[in-house]
Amino acid sequence: MELTLSEKQMLQGEFGPATRKAMEILVALGTIYQAEKMIPVSSVQVSGVSYDNLGEAGLDFLSEMAAGGGKAQVLTTLNPAGMDIEDPTSLGISPEFAGQQQRVIDAFGRMGIITTCTCTPYLTGNLPHYGEHIAWAESSAVCYANSVLGARTNREGGPSALAAALTGRTPAYGLHLAENRAPSLTIQVKAQLTENDEFGALGLLAGRQIEMRKQNRVVYIQGIQQASLENLKSFCASLATYGGAGLFHMQGITPEANLFAPTADAVEFSQADIQSAARSLNDESAAEIDFVSLGCPHLSILEIARVAELLRGQKVKKTFWITTARPTRQMAERMGYTAIIEEAGAVIAADTCCVVAPIQGRFHTLATDSAKACYYAYGKNKMKTRLMSFDEVVYEALK
Amino acid sequence: MILTGRKIYGGKVTGQALVTTQGISFFGGVDPETGVIVEKGHALEGQSISGKILVFPTGKGSTVGSYTLYRLKKVNKAPAAIVNRECETITAVGCIISEIPCLDQIVLDQIKNGAMLCVDGDSGTITEL
Repeated sequence: MELTLSEKQMLQGEFGPATRKAMEILVALGTIYQAEKMIPVSSVQVSGVSYDNLGEAGLDFLSEMAAGGGKAQVLTTLNPAGMDIEDPTSLGISPEFAGQQQRVIDAFGRMGIITTCTCTPYLTGNLPHYGEHIAWAESSAVCYANSVLGARTNREGGPSALAAALTGRTPAYGLHLAENRAPSLTIQVKAQLTENDEFGALGLLAGRQIEMRKQNRVVYIQGIQQASLENLKSFCASLATYGGAGLFHMQGITPEANLFAPTADAVEFSQADIQSAARSLNDESAAEIDFVSLGCPHLSILEIARVAELLRGQKVKKTFWITTARPTRQMAERMGYTAIIEEAGAVIAADTCCVVAPIQGRFHTLATDSAKACYYAYGKNKMKTRLMSFDEVVYEALK
Repeated sequence: MILTGRKIYGGKVTGQALVTTQGISFFGGVDPETGVIVEKGHALEGQSISGKILVFPTGKGSTVGSYTLYRLKKVNKAPAAIVNRECETITAVGCIISEIPCLDQIVLDQIKNGAMLCVDGDSGTITEL
């Protein structure tokens, strides 16, 4: 692997031990994936922020990198944490957990990383343009950046994204190279999709097809007439969760789709297929729903406006979490949405979500519009799940 | 016997080989405090990887697994070295941040379970003692 003079200096420790460690990680990854060189990146999104996932080991590592002089060289933002950083008690988080989570956030802050914690960095100012090389972790955001924005990133893990932040580099392999962005499978959608849960169900179906094939994970999707930002955000989260995909093309919608033609390998999905995929996330044995959540991925301002419209003057009867990015929450506050939601007895929290908060054992059954949230509620937090449309989730909270 | 592979992380150590033909998930599959494999049904379930030359085809599971190796190192329960057929991101990053010598591109069935080995990460060689 060919390194520039400054990359060699980073590797030799001339910029301190943290930069050295970061470059060692990138060189090893470049070696494994046979990259010829490093490329500069201009934006990074780091995952591995919730103390619930990191544990003491991860916190130790981050503290050591901060102590070793690590400083973000490019715009770097963070994934959701295990709590609302400005209001830890709002979600019933223990003071012990809050203390450890704060130490994680502080370590990132010492490295010059912007500590707004969200899985939708593209909604809060970390917005790469077409063709821009970036290094993002957070699988749903990776999928959104590659597919909807046309930026270029691999599916980074926490340490490799941090390494990219501290050096401003990433090895040139995978989805950074044009030849790896071509699709190998076409999904023909013979259905009208309008709701987030339907797009999530499509992500689940397409994801399973990708998993069966194992090879290239890029799909070409035909037959979607219209998709809102919110629909695409939900689809990205689901496709990445169930198919490990980092990139898709959607005819007429995503910017690189017109560079490619449908592939010979093609699968068709009908309205019935979509409905049955959505139903497959509904636990038959689900006891009564006791936890309702919207915000996986974090809600847009338009979605929060809709929640407020539906909750105005009502009272929720179940625990209802609405999770979003801090800047989006601030917009919601200015518009009076937050007050309406809180008056209805629901909780609107920033920086966190039902996937990464430490909630195992607190609830039995989750109702959500997110196919991704269902996966983690079941696997990580041992909950039953019910997938429904956005509006139905709000009505469920009022039942 | 001398085997030659590819350096993932340098350093020279001696230890006993612990060999499996199954993948290892460090997050959830290995106890981060004791180094014992806890994955249900794994061929090495109940055995400790501490101080061993851990030989397995490739890593699997959550990327948080890199931090598990780091945790093991901090409590002196990490493997002495790791030898893979094909190293992937989780194991590679884990070895680098934990400074555990690591090699890959080795034909694993040449290594006998329990053999005493010297692993030299820098030259990419494994020597049976």
